[in-house]
Amino acid sequence: MSILVSTKTRLLVQGITGRDGSFHTSEMMKYGTNVVGGVTPGKGGQSFGGPEDQMVPIFDTMEAAVKETDANTSVVYVPPAFASGAMEEAIDSGVDLVVSITEGVPVLEMSRIHAFARDRKVRILGPNCPGVISPGKAKVGIIPDQIVTQGPVGVISRSGTLTYEAVVNLTREGVGQTTCVGIGGDPLIGTSFIDCLELFKEDEETRVIVMIGEIGGTDEQEAAQWVSQHLEKPVVGFIAGQTAPPGRQMGHAGAIISGSSGTADEKKRCFEENGIRVAARPIDIVDLVRESLNQ
Amino acid sequence: MDIHEYQAKEILRNNGIPVPPGRVTGNPNQAVDIANEYGDKVVVKAQVHSGGRGKAGGVKLAKNSEEVFQAATDIIGMTISGHRVNEVLITPAEDIDTEAYLGILIDRKTQSPVIMVCSEGGVDIEEVAQRNPNSIRKLRIDPRYGLFRHQAYGLARALYRDQDLVKQAVAIIENLYQAFIDSGASMVEINPLISTPTGCVKAIDAKMSIDNNELIKHPEIQNYRDIQAEPRAETMARESGLSYVKLDGNVGCCVNGAGLAMATMDLVKYYGGEPANFLDIGGSSNPQKVVTALKIITSDPNVEVILFNIFGGITRCDDVARGIVEALKEIEIDSPIIIRLTGTNDEKGLEILSAAGMSAFTSMDDVVKKAVSKTLQ
Repeated sequence: MSILVSTKTRLLVQGITGRDGSFHTSEMMKYGTNVVGGVTPGKGGQSFGGPEDQMVPIFDTMEAAVKETDANTSVVYVPPAFASGAMEEAIDSGVDLVVSITEGVPVLEMSRIHAFARDRKVRILGPNCPGVISPGKAKVGIIPDQIVTQGPVGVISRSGTLTYEAVVNLTREGVGQTTCVGIGGDPLIGTSFIDCLELFKEDEETRVIVMIGEIGGTDEQEAAQWVSQHLEKPVVGFIAGQTAPPGRQMGHAGAIISGSSGTADEKKRCFEENGIRVAARPIDIVDLVRESLNQ
Repeated sequence: MDIHEYQAKEILRNNGIPVPPGRVTGNPNQAVDIANEYGDKVVVKAQVHSGGRGKAGGVKLAKNSEEVFQAATDIIGMTISGHRVNEVLITPAEDIDTEAYLGILIDRKTQSPVIMVCSEGGVDIEEVAQRNPNSIRKLRIDPRYGLFRHQAYGLARALYRDQDLVKQAVAIIENLYQAFIDSGASMVEINPLISTPTGCVKAIDAKMSIDNNELIKHPEIQNYRDIQAEPRAETMARESGLSYVKLDGNVGCCVNGAGLAMATMDLVKYYGGEPANFLDIGGSSNPQKVVTALKIITSDPNVEVILFNIFGGITRCDDVARGIVEALKEIEIDSPIIIRLTGTNDEKGLEILSAAGMSAFTSMDDVVKKAVSKTLQ
């Protein structure tokens, strides 16, 4: 089993002809992801040539693409100035999941897009995220597939390369993953830690969950409380940013609304208070996961 | 990006919010000239990207030319939370009847703009919020519809009873919300929003942060950037698409990805070292970025060793290796460079390094231990 993506994923790539889009489309196809087409306005009717002479059609609009291919997922590689439009179009097209890799989308625009997505019951992953990979099944995004292997661990992370660091250590030690999800580092993201925890809770093959957070905000603290109230499966945590200098706070609004400073210490304490074992170094995640698996 | 009080006030003024006049200067004599235009009492206010100015002595009331000169002389050049004050704002002192708080920010939890008001404004607002959370009225705004008139009225009613003050506050709240949206702000705050004995509502202080991702749409706000207030290395980093923050240690760090960069700094500390900086070379591959990164790191005289921690994804290891080799040709680097390269194109990267007589680790733990050991020798 897996969460978010699977062998049933039928993927459209928005921005399939761009530099990043075309490179990663080939990578996703090589991994066996079922890429059913792509969208680049103005290039409808052409084809994209992937590995081993595989060809997929390119469409001008998401509407036409979904109608023709029956896609259920899209991934967005378009530049930030066009990413909001691409996400809106995807939400309107009938797919269930929109994975937004693009970094640099204005927060106010995301605020409107998330409201639209909630209304349409479409899930957004990201933006500014590395995507999701379910080893042996499907990869949507940019996570390097050489570093994953199949197994019983679910991984959720706000970061990109730090996720790779944690996952490669697990894989080297023979501890595989059900799904690795990068939820993204932006202030407003579509899929939270708690959303992923809910999905991993229902996923029978996932026996241990790794949660990798960082300083800022209160998402990790809320997730920790959710874990202690709703989850039987063991969770291992890591928080980056212990040595980061304290933010130079302008004004009081941030502190008033969250009532929290979002420091690494506060998050680690909250993890531990809620039964989540915290790794001191990224490499220590492996031992904690192993111990949890053997319990 | 944070902007100064006088810049935020300019945006407020352009949006029809009553703000007392004011001008900035970095010269005490000029401060006196400005004050003379305004008449008897003025306030001399440090223009600095930091809160807590008042408590740090960066805001002073002055009743005559001597006091203005003295206040400006004292404040210009002082340091508040690590920021040097280069300019002061001179503004007429207002008679104050009541002080309220009005702020807008994007709330992560509801993913919407939230307007907050409190009838007890002033420097102790955070304490008030802690002691009596119910005194802060928070209103979530649906970003698709914007702020409705009745919502602004409800917030204004939470601040004032007098109908005339309420009417003025409604206009201020509506205009502030518009200014927030139009400038692509992530936070705007009027604290205090005062009412005067003559029955006027005015903003006598303002703070504003702009979402960096919006700046491209707002060249007029980009011009507000205070290059003088930013350390030179940070300017250089920003202009090359790198993200750099100087710290006090001696292990220079060059990493791809913010999360991994923070975890690397943490690990340096774990092994008894002190990171000299946070530096994220970002996602895209470009040897020139690595050259710039090395220039920035070596511009810090405290750096004794340079640590690369690269986990290739979108970033390709061969590009990073090429950048390191290129940098060594362009600039003289005395400190040892300890490298970890793994991920996309790592074999090509290692070939490039070994052709230049260098080697690399594959594990993050090993490379950090090695780098720290160089500083402890």
